[in-house]
Amino acid sequence: MTSPLDVRDLLEAPTAANGNGAAARATGGLDGTLSHAVLTGDVRRVAPLAPPRRTRDFGAQGVALLVGSAVSSFAVVWILFYQLTLLSGAFGFGLCWYACFLAVFWVVTNQVVDRSAATDRVITTVVGSCAAVVIGALLYIVIWVFIRGVAHFTIGFLWRTLADYQPAEGTSLFNQVGVGHAIVGTLEQVGLAAAMAVPLAFLTAVFLNEVGGFGTRFVRTIVTAMSGVPSIVAGVFIYAIFIVPHTLGYSGFAAAMALFVLMLPSVTRTTEEVLRVVPGGLREASLALGASEWRTVRQVVLPTARSGLVTAVVLGVAIAAGETAPLIFTAFGANTLNANVFHGPQGALPLVLYQNIFQAQAVVQQVAFTAAFVLLVLVLILFVVARLLGRRSTKKGRLRRIVVAPFHWVKQMVSE
Amino acid sequence: MSTDTLASPAVGHAVPRPITVPNDRSKEDRIFRAVARAAGFTAFAILFLIGFFLLWRGLPALRAMGFRYFTTSGYSTLHKPYHFGALAQMYGTIVTSLVAVIFGVPVAIGTALFINEYAPIQAKRALIAMVDLGAAIPSIIFGLWALHQFQPEITGTTSWMVRHLSFIPLFSASTPPFNGSFFIAGLIVGLMIVPIVASVSREVFSLAPPGEREGALALGATKSQMIRTVVLPFGRGGIIGASMLGLGRALGETIAVYVLLGLDFVISPHILEHGGTTVASFIAAEFGAGGKLGTDDLLMLGFVLFTFTLIVNLIASLIVNRSRSGKGVEL
Amino acid sequence: MKVFSRERSRPGEAPTAEVPTVAQPSTVATPIVQPAKLETYGVCAWFSGRLVLEMVSLTMEPNEVTALIGPSGCGKSTYLRILNRMHELVPGAQLAGRVELDGVDIYGGGLRATESRKHIGMVFQKPNPFPAMTIEENVLAGLKFSRIKLSSHDRRLLVEEMLTKAGLWNEVKERLNELGGSLSGGQQQRLCIARALAVRPRVLLMDEPCSALDPTSTNRIEETIREIAHEVTVIIVTHNMQQAQRVSDMCAFFLAAEGQPGHVVESGPTEMMFSNPTDPRTADYVHGRFG
Repeated sequence: MTSPLDVRDLLEAPTAANGNGAAARATGGLDGTLSHAVLTGDVRRVAPLAPPRRTRDFGAQGVALLVGSAVSSFAVVWILFYQLTLLSGAFGFGLCWYACFLAVFWVVTNQVVDRSAATDRVITTVVGSCAAVVIGALLYIVIWVFIRGVAHFTIGFLWRTLADYQPAEGTSLFNQVGVGHAIVGTLEQVGLAAAMAVPLAFLTAVFLNEVGGFGTRFVRTIVTAMSGVPSIVAGVFIYAIFIVPHTLGYSGFAAAMALFVLMLPSVTRTTEEVLRVVPGGLREASLALGASEWRTVRQVVLPTARSGLVTAVVLGVAIAAGETAPLIFTAFGANTLNANVFHGPQGALPLVLYQNIFQAQAVVQQVAFTAAFVLLVLVLILFVVARLLGRRSTKKGRLRRIVVAPFHWVKQMVSE
Repeated sequence: MSTDTLASPAVGHAVPRPITVPNDRSKEDRIFRAVARAAGFTAFAILFLIGFFLLWRGLPALRAMGFRYFTTSGYSTLHKPYHFGALAQMYGTIVTSLVAVIFGVPVAIGTALFINEYAPIQAKRALIAMVDLGAAIPSIIFGLWALHQFQPEITGTTSWMVRHLSFIPLFSASTPPFNGSFFIAGLIVGLMIVPIVASVSREVFSLAPPGEREGALALGATKSQMIRTVVLPFGRGGIIGASMLGLGRALGETIAVYVLLGLDFVISPHILEHGGTTVASFIAAEFGAGGKLGTDDLLMLGFVLFTFTLIVNLIASLIVNRSRSGKGVEL
Repeated sequence: MKVFSRERSRPGEAPTAEVPTVAQPSTVATPIVQPAKLETYGVCAWFSGRLVLEMVSLTMEPNEVTALIGPSGCGKSTYLRILNRMHELVPGAQLAGRVELDGVDIYGGGLRATESRKHIGMVFQKPNPFPAMTIEENVLAGLKFSRIKLSSHDRRLLVEEMLTKAGLWNEVKERLNELGGSLSGGQQQRLCIARALAVRPRVLLMDEPCSALDPTSTNRIEETIREIAHEVTVIIVTHNMQQAQRVSDMCAFFLAAEGQPGHVVESGPTEMMFSNPTDPRTADYVHGRFG
């Protein structure tokens, strides 16, 4: 039995000595000898239903280990590293504590439970803290911008401009400034960019995923490469092609062109990913009914993927709305309202921030913070709209069913 | 009876040749295919134009400096003797991006795994939305936050690192303040690439075949073992693709770096030291400052950055395509 | 009351297969795997608060093959997945009752889910070999999860033994280093059986293992089931009445009335269930009058 092949020995076969099971059986509600008994409907009704049982292996013991490790490592770090981390602030202390905690947690769980569980729980903790750090940081940024920005926000800030803006005159003038010109600029630039980029992106994605044939690989590679084009390069490119030779000059349209260059590959890529998830069977079903390829794409593939497409577009728009770098050389920025996208420098929300971010005067900073707040709210609204639209169409869409497919038996049972 | 070619294997008969399927697509479909293909090639046209125009307009700068352009740091473009180049900018770009990827990608993958594998189902939607929203937060807002909140907070830790870890050459630095460094800029850029990397990897993880997940769990695998056996191998191509996407963003990140980095031409391995610049932030910072030749230099720098990211992305797409071949997502 | 007879008829079976020995001739000193007794008491299951399975109490004896039969949606698969703690992986799933492996309640806190699953293996409806692993790695995957290190010699012996047991050895012995995904569906399913057997489980659950396969593969897997029945307690969910008759010793008939949770209508020796069932609904079902 000591052969290395005796896997079962190594697996620690359960023994009847386990008090838990034996006790449960002795006090069990049903007769333990009820082997292969015929259970008719009547028996079933008489027997009381037990409450659901908990199935998590991470019980009180696990919590105790976790908390114990956290506390002890805190103490250790406090004692050992206090001198070292004294001046580094909470950040450094937290880092040391965390590293120490993981080590202690692994060792203790390894002792009390076993190695697989120790590794598994440490990995779970690490993965969870990654998410916590990311979500925490993002929330921090959003909330901080809200708090700083909302303080001086008035509705008028949305339509006043910076035309009569004299920073030197102090806070009293804050109720005379606003970012209306920048909002108009941003909406025009992004809208124009989307109007150009989205149809082209959809067609390109359809070409890659539905038409195929000559050039597919090449175009896919190009689109991938293009999606890596930095935003500032897009701005510099438009600058080189339109503004250096004085064909167009600084204008909202130039900015829209730069944003178009950025949106095209990102929307194409997301769209292609979305189309790829549409089951091939749907296409074949449509073609087998005698539909043309165009009809199949138009009436089967795209509607099926609608929620994904909406999300792709709105995400593209939201990201474009916040781009700063490509606007510096194209829209240039302005403090007055210029609704004509095709002529003259135009303001944009990110540019208001960009131009005021380093200013030391409190009032200018406050303009920057309030503009940041407006920009963030704009992005948030776009985002929420995308989510809601996407969710409504997923309810009937097949994409959702694909996701649910693995749990088909659940559906089977619930739908009965 | 004309079926003889199929029916009889007799010697002398030619093996039937496959017929050519007639190309009888409707006019509608032919137009559709042509339009879609043309759209596909527009991307190529744009990419080509970007490279062409940046190089063309930037060439005077390269001509003024010759090959020394790539070995010089500086920005004296107004008066002779000219002294400018791309060396410090390229160095700073690479260092900052490396820091960003080293910190950002593992955290992003952890986040993606948490959302996809560990998070309770009620929280999943909200978490996905949060991370996607992160990808949409403008970089200037990251910059604003980093300048006012993150940098003041982390400077204590970087000072501590300089004091106690300076035996590692990477962490040694000479003079305070220990802010405005490649390290801090890299951390912020790393945070900025997390959402995109996490979002893409999560998408890929969620496509990992449920049958194989259950197969692993039914064999007694712990969740982390299941992830390592099924989810990560399945998502490898996606992870690489996502990381490269993140690297591309890191290389080209402009505003947050511009806000943080002190603008000077530093080439040193001491990533905690104040100063340095990157190609993108340099372009943004010096726009309009260097006269005609200075503008040419910025366009040339744009071309350098463009080429650089293009190469990174081409390599990435090669890797992703190779890893994807043969085991496409079957749905 | 245990009514059990091994002299049931098995059409087309070679008489040698009846010999109750471990079927591995040439390999190492294979430990005699002792199948375990699996008992359940009052098992109930909920999905999102909705009761789908009510008070199932069955005993699966060692050395027997138990078939769970019944129409779709009556809770057979759910019950099967409760037996090795796969049920709890479904979001919103709950359960009640006890599942005892040789007297140890697998939900009692003494065994963790991963440990339970090592003792109670599972084969799924759709073959699910790990596509990124070779055939050999697939067989040894469970050992990797258990952190069991074997010498390369023992690994080879174990792979051969398991693949032979699953009836796959002759087909794949030349290409153990090919990817698991390169096999045909029937071969993949047998690879999954070999993989499940390699950790030497004491109970093997099979969730309609043949429903996606061709008749030849089905036949081969049924042979495998009969061969391994002496080493591992087999519980199989099947929609195929003939299959239930061919492979099982015991049988439990699940049924869910309209809008009602599933429950066991009748259980007992397969022969009796098919020839002389107590409940008229069982008779109707096994004779194909519904379901």
